[in-house]
Amino acid sequence: MNKTFQLWNPSLLLGLAIVGLFAAMAISPGLFSSQDPAGLRLEHRLSAPSAANWFGTDGVGVDVYSRVVYGARTTLATIVVVLGIAILVGVSIGSVSGYLGGWIDGLLMRVADVFLAFPPLILALATNAVLGRGLQQTMFAVAFLWWPAYARLVRSQILAVRKLEFVESARAIGANELRIVGRHVLPNVLDPVIVRASLDAGFVALTAASLSFLGLGAQPPTPEWGRMVAEGQKFLLDQWWVATFPGISLFVLVIGFNLIGESLSGRMQSGLHVSRAEETEGR
Amino acid sequence: MMGRYVARRLFLMIPVLLGVSILAFYVSQLLPGDPARAAAGRLATPEQLEAVRERLGLDQPIPVQYGLYIGRLLQGDLGTSLSSKQEVAQELRIFFPATLELLFATMVLTVVLGITIGVRAATSRGGWVDRAFLGFSYLGVGMPVFFLALLLQLVFAGWLRVLPIAGRLSLETVPPPVLTGLYTFDALFAGQWATMMDAGRHLVLPALTLSIAGISEVGRITRSAMLNALEQDYVRTARAKGLSERAVWLRHALPNAMLPTTTVIGLQVAFLLGGTVLIENIFSWGGLGTYAWKGIFRLDIPVIMGITLVSTTAYLFVNLGVDLLYTKLDPRIRYE
Repeated sequence: MNKTFQLWNPSLLLGLAIVGLFAAMAISPGLFSSQDPAGLRLEHRLSAPSAANWFGTDGVGVDVYSRVVYGARTTLATIVVVLGIAILVGVSIGSVSGYLGGWIDGLLMRVADVFLAFPPLILALATNAVLGRGLQQTMFAVAFLWWPAYARLVRSQILAVRKLEFVESARAIGANELRIVGRHVLPNVLDPVIVRASLDAGFVALTAASLSFLGLGAQPPTPEWGRMVAEGQKFLLDQWWVATFPGISLFVLVIGFNLIGESLSGRMQSGLHVSRAEETEGR
Repeated sequence: MMGRYVARRLFLMIPVLLGVSILAFYVSQLLPGDPARAAAGRLATPEQLEAVRERLGLDQPIPVQYGLYIGRLLQGDLGTSLSSKQEVAQELRIFFPATLELLFATMVLTVVLGITIGVRAATSRGGWVDRAFLGFSYLGVGMPVFFLALLLQLVFAGWLRVLPIAGRLSLETVPPPVLTGLYTFDALFAGQWATMMDAGRHLVLPALTLSIAGISEVGRITRSAMLNALEQDYVRTARAKGLSERAVWLRHALPNAMLPTTTVIGLQVAFLLGGTVLIENIFSWGGLGTYAWKGIFRLDIPVIMGITLVSTTAYLFVNLGVDLLYTKLDPRIRYE
């Protein structure tokens, strides 16, 4: 979109500041809150926001603010694990597929099609039914749904890059294939993967929180924003703060990731070989 | 040529559907619990249990069971729900229209508002409409749907009391005679205005919740595609021959901007197909999502399989539809 792209534009900085703040909460929540995120005090249940409890207290008297702070760790850990698995699996399968071509490529891409077409929630529900309810099971289910996107992206990048001159010349001077992939092809493929991941991070957070909202993710007492919104649902009309603050935190974090993702993809588009149209082709 | 392309695409759906059905069947087998017991009921004697197991073919090896399932499927038989004892195909016919009505309302809002706002933003680039929309679109994409649903319920049903909080019809409203299963349409055909309005009012909050993200995305892509189209030579030509700005935007730039917009709309439909469970849950909608949710927790394998196959098929057809629409929007695109 933007033809003249600055290195540090305001939206990138704002995004980094938001994500940085939540990352700091995730790393050392004690810096932000001195209260116990699991400390039941039934006599203080459902008290409105005050100087002592900035975001009020929930149905069992736990400080909502400290649960929001500790919840950052749950959400960020989910994003890291899900994207980590999805990228690892996706990049491996995509590279093999794009580089080898032929029937292996055909087979792997059909498998990716199956996972792309599979109804996401059924898979998530089934994973939880099979492996038991919990955060790890949900991460696993979400990662399972996400890898095909990376496999396709990497495959299309490799198809584009392997025909380029510098790869041809590496081959001409007799470099072996593994070396070509490692030294010449992959580094060129990873930029779009990183951009894609930054665009996906917010979406992963939303998906995981949605599943937790349905009761399929983190189980109490683990603080998790989606779950907290679900718990606050029944108090919504009178004690709005129980659901609202965790909801807003998730919202702000997602916006932070989107700001970063779009700044990075804007920068990519100004100087890159493979267009977004090609990447989504054949979906 | 086109016919051959469609035939090939339809043919390519077969391996994907087979793959999805195998995956779903295998995952279903992993579910804890005993479907024979679920079907026979808690009070069944061991003999009755065995009889049920045999009748359902559950004593056969899994590949054989899968083969039997596919055999029946090809005859249009999706099996019988273990918990309700009703035919799955019959139940899907009841639940699917509810979801379809919600999706339809959502897509109408998404397409109409998304494209209108996108065009307005592009034509007043840098103006307040444009800025307001860009701000809104950031919020729209980042908003967790379940949270938005609760906020809308809180404001419109709780505080303002202008819209119903959940359900498809008010308690005192009798559902219209079934024609399509879409309440608004059925009521319209039957001439029941009050029922139609009631169904319409119930649609507003869930459809609005589901469409916010879509409106943002469709609006943004329309905006940038319009801006791109407005820089092209044919727009300069159109202006040079003296067309009004309005005619240039609507007749020359907009049709060309529709290609990327269509892609985004197609992705939205596909996404919504799998994503209504959450919203149906919050708004007690009673559609496919609710059916899926119950099916999983009752270990109702025929139901799970039925929903998986129906929504996958719908997803594949949406993708094919989008690709075919491209050729209408851009005659230069031809598929071989």
